[in-house]
Amino acid sequence: MGGKFEARKVTAISKINPVTSWIRFDGDIYAQPGQFVMVWLPKIGEKPFSIAELNPLGLLVVDVGPFSHALQALQVGDSLWVKGPLGQGFSITGERLLLVGGGYGSAPLLALAKKARAQNITVDVCLGARSEAGLLLSDAFLELGCQVSYATEDGSLGWHGLVTDIVEQKIQAIAYDLLCACGPTGLLSALSNICKTHRLDNQLSWEAHMRCGMGLCGSCLVSQNIDELLPVGWLACYDGPVFYQKFRD
Amino acid sequence: MKHDPDISVKLGRLSLKNPLVLASGVMGTSPELLHRVALSGAGAVTAKSCGPTLRTGHPNPVMVAWEHGLLNAIGLTNPGVDDEVKLLMDAKQRLNPLNVPLIASIFAGSAEEFGEVASIVAEAEPDLVEVNISCPNVHDDFGLPFAADAKSAAAVTRAVKQKIGGIPIAVKLAPNVPDIGRIAKSVVDAGSDVITAINTMPGMVIDVDAAQPVLHNRSGGLSGPALKPIAVRCVAEIAQFVDVPIIGTGGVLTGRDAAEMMMAGATAVGVGSALWYRGPDAIKLIKAELQDFLRENGYKSVCEIFRKAL
Ligand SMILES: Cc1cc2nc3c(=O)[nH]c(=O)nc-3n(C[C@H](O)[C@H](O)[C@H](O)COP(=O)(O)OP(=O)(O)OC[C@H]3O[C@@H](n4cnc5c(N)ncnc54)[C@H](O)[C@@H]3O)c2cc1C
Ligand SMILES: Cc1cc2nc3c(=O)[nH]c(=O)nc-3n(C[C@H](O)[C@H](O)[C@H](O)COP(=O)(O)O)c2cc1C
Ligand code: FES
Repeated sequence: MGGKFEARKVTAISKINPVTSWIRFDGDIYAQPGQFVMVWLPKIGEKPFSIAELNPLGLLVVDVGPFSHALQALQVGDSLWVKGPLGQGFSITGERLLLVGGGYGSAPLLALAKKARAQNITVDVCLGARSEAGLLLSDAFLELGCQVSYATEDGSLGWHGLVTDIVEQKIQAIAYDLLCACGPTGLLSALSNICKTHRLDNQLSWEAHMRCGMGLCGSCLVSQNIDELLPVGWLACYDGPVFYQKFRD
Repeated sequence: MKHDPDISVKLGRLSLKNPLVLASGVMGTSPELLHRVALSGAGAVTAKSCGPTLRTGHPNPVMVAWEHGLLNAIGLTNPGVDDEVKLLMDAKQRLNPLNVPLIASIFAGSAEEFGEVASIVAEAEPDLVEVNISCPNVHDDFGLPFAADAKSAAAVTRAVKQKIGGIPIAVKLAPNVPDIGRIAKSVVDAGSDVITAINTMPGMVIDVDAAQPVLHNRSGGLSGPALKPIAVRCVAEIAQFVDVPIIGTGGVLTGRDAAEMMMAGATAVGVGSALWYRGPDAIKLIKAELQDFLRENGYKSVCEIFRKAL
């Protein structure tokens, strides 16, 4: 694991919707899907981003504030600095995976889907968002040969309602070996409960406010008050972001 | 089969199951994290330093690894002593059944303010209160650390001692002073029951491609392997000047490092950056290695190596 910053040059940057960019960098990164990097823009700041593509390194950036805005303003040939890979990523087990993403949660799941498809594993994907525009990377999942289902809260595409509704339907219809998810805390808590009911092994990637990214400052603690299944003092940047819950042998 | 060597130590009035103490500011920001480190086998755990009011700390980047250590400028992030008291009480309830003492840590901007923070933190009844007069990362807010000057260090010590209601205190010293032995003597004369040495050393890492210091605060506190020879020398120096127990802290990553610190005169050994280099269970590993070292060298008790190199 790397605690040092390394300069990377932008080789391509494309908008995939008005607030979201895909940025590709020179060089590969040796990482598990689900691990993340701390991205540093000198004089602007430093924030965590999931590794969306391993070779070459690619990130998916949603413009939500000053730092992500500055990232999207980068041009081909500009440099930024990354520290990582950090944390614990996903680990593929079984023959049939269900991936569930909300918002930028699609990013680490895409890297995971790519790895799983290369091993000929069947991958179903459920993406959820407020409306169609917030469903990220669905074409990329389709290109990998995944089956993709959608849920939007306004009904603009797919199921009209929450993504957890279609997850329930799929779990009841199909015997998955593993559910992997990344998205907001509320979504993960709901998925954790669904998996508990169905005794489905799962790997959930938790969000937390990260500062050092190195397991020392304590900022990214995910308390047992949020999910009682987590061990005491669980740090998203070091022990996570992915937490493994096994129900079957 | 030989018996395991005895690694329990007495830190003044405190009995520790082993000499390894979680250093302040590393994972000690919440009761759950202190609980976790206690479960990994620490002899005692130190909470993150707290001051009079909430501080969010410095903007990112706040930490970077370099070839021989870490550099951090977290900026004394803490909820303020009123809220910290509640966290310490929760932590105490978790630690009591494990028989692991809780060390609180305080900082402030003047001797008087140190006294006020001390009187509030005492409500949580920690087993020891560390007095952080040596953080290098908050110059703009607090000026030169009190640890740089024997008179102001003693004034802070007296102010805390007056208000702490009989709880033993450990003043934490800085390495970058001309005469650490004299400063140790002045705080012990002013009532410090224990000395913690050392805090981080000021440093800077510049990324030459970016042509900028890496940390947002520009400079930070250097810890980890590079700090160890500096810490060992400071501890050895302090041990010549004072009789009180020392928590020797700086760059300890292995059981042999811990032994080195004790041979220099430390009664207990602080462990911080090792939790990055060896993971959150670092203390468990270091403890096992210390026991191996003692057994392999025929020591029956860790006390036998105390001051052995002086
Ligand atoms: C492990 C992890 C992986 C992430 N991966 C991605 C990704 O692949 N793509 C992506 O677009 N975003 C990702 N994020 C979120 C991303 O870090 C924030 O969106 C970004 O930092 C926002 O910065 P800002 O200055 O643009 O906005 P701000 O105004 O600072 O914040 C906007 C929102 O981002 C959240 N946020 C801000 N700082 C942090 C932080 N240090 N840690 C966690 N959340 C923060 C805040 O809760 C807030 O809701 C990830 C976060 C984590 C913890
Ligand atoms: C991330 C980090 C935060 C720290 N915060 C504090 C603090 O709040 N109070 C304090 O007295 N020392 C603090 N320190 C200093 C440590 O307690 C310790 O003295 C120093 O790091 C040397 O030990 P080490 O090499 O084992 O890390 C901090 C160190 C690090 C790495
Ligand atoms: S961000 Fe510092 S411990 Fe995780």
